[in-house]
Amino acid sequence: MTQYLMSVYYVEGEDQPADDVVQEMYADVGALNQKMQDEGAWVFGGGLHTPDMTTVVRADDGEIITTDGPFPEAKEQIGGFWVIEAKDMDEALDWASQATVACRGPVEVRPFQDEPEG
Amino acid sequence: MPDAPAIAAIFKEESGRAVATLARRFGDIDLAEEAVQEAFVEAVRRWPEAGVPPSPAGWIITTARNRAIDRIRRESLRDERQTEATRMLEPDEPEEIHAVEDDQLRLIFTCCHPSLAVSAQVALTLRLIGGLQTEEIARAFLVSETTMAQRLVRAKKKIKAANIPYRIPGDAELPNRIRPVLAVIYLVYNEGHVATSGGDLGRPDVSADAIRLARLLAGLMPDEPEVVGLLALLLLTEARRPARTGPSGDLVRLADQDRGLWDTQQIHEGQELVRSCLRRNHPGPYQVQAAIAAVHADAADAKDTKWDQIVALYDQLLVFAPTPIVSLNRAIAVAETGAVSNALQEIEGLELTEYYLFHAARGDFLERLGRNEDAAEAYALARALTVNEAEQDHLRRLEQRALQNAP
Repeated sequence: MTQYLMSVYYVEGEDQPADDVVQEMYADVGALNQKMQDEGAWVFGGGLHTPDMTTVVRADDGEIITTDGPFPEAKEQIGGFWVIEAKDMDEALDWASQATVACRGPVEVRPFQDEPEG
Repeated sequence: MPDAPAIAAIFKEESGRAVATLARRFGDIDLAEEAVQEAFVEAVRRWPEAGVPPSPAGWIITTARNRAIDRIRRESLRDERQTEATRMLEPDEPEEIHAVEDDQLRLIFTCCHPSLAVSAQVALTLRLIGGLQTEEIARAFLVSETTMAQRLVRAKKKIKAANIPYRIPGDAELPNRIRPVLAVIYLVYNEGHVATSGGDLGRPDVSADAIRLARLLAGLMPDEPEVVGLLALLLLTEARRPARTGPSGDLVRLADQDRGLWDTQQIHEGQELVRSCLRRNHPGPYQVQAAIAAVHADAADAKDTKWDQIVALYDQLLVFAPTPIVSLNRAIAVAETGAVSNALQEIEGLELTEYYLFHAARGDFLERLGRNEDAAEAYALARALTVNEAEQDHLRRLEQRALQNAP
């Protein structure tokens, strides 16, 4: 089994979907979450606040510096993510295919370095 | 007794099967590749005296498997992989041929997995399925050996890290997953057919490798008409190679080719394949392109070409691939039916202004309509947009001819 991070991206500044679309999206994502849990793929997941809600912390010569975020300068930002466990990449891509439909945004699939112990 | 080049040729032919079998067995492409490489070294040492074994493929698989097991055993003495090693060292079941074929198909789908960049798919397929050395692949794609080696290392690392499986996709996924496999083989063929740069018009070796891969795939998936269609398309295109270049390496257009030079055996096989896959009535882009090539091959002389059939086939191709390039090719066929001004009208506005063949075709239409000055201008544009020297020479001649006929 391999764990994968599935990040949902959106482009900052692009039009936000209408309220009823957002409601449908929440319902679809909720159903997918349930399915992941039922089938044992779910590790963790959730939606995030917008990037302007972030704070960046870094150690610089032993001094901790705290600043307003976000850290990446890109327009493309993570809106939410899942951590799933799958047999292989094809199984992960199957989840990602359902995820991109449910959350109406591109999903990036990235493997974790190590298999979990035990 | 075989010499080193003969042994290398056998390995190129057979190593793909061995790598595929070992990759499935040990779940590790690097281990499989290194073990097959060691078997090659062993063959170079032993075969010149002992002769080629009755089943070279079986010998390579067995020798490589023993090398891989040796390596795992050595490593398991150092770490805790003992249990894994013991499991794999179980007495061996006989390797069945159909199982080996499945292994190869699995590995092809791994190499052409959509998670990998196309350049990585091509490199992996040629290396692991085609049995080419890294240096040969680098030469075919005009990059340094170091660059190609890094590309292969990164691709294999991604397969391992992302846990990209060795499996034949299920029926539901198959159409989507075959597409990149066919695209990779087609890309390899084209690289050999018209080298993107350099003085030669093509590299026949690379095309031969692509045809070998297409033939392998068609053997593995005989019920997929697009796979058979691709093989047919490559054979029918390759059949024209001897007529494509003149004595000084210059490009000879289809219309001007000496059709007596075409390879009749390849044409015959290609046409048979076109017929067999079209009978299944599941047309696809490769089958239609092969059918177009088959219509050309039917004409003993360019002027006997059934251009109306070709236009109809391009209409069908546009359904699968509604691209400006297909529209351009359709217009070229329309011009051949005599409707040159219609053809010119059809291509005006196509978003192909960076594509040299667009300007070459436009020049041809204009020249036929007697607009020689405009034609010369279009040929000059085409020439500026290609880096292939043989094509440049051809376009320069056309430009000069148009200028001479200009008022």
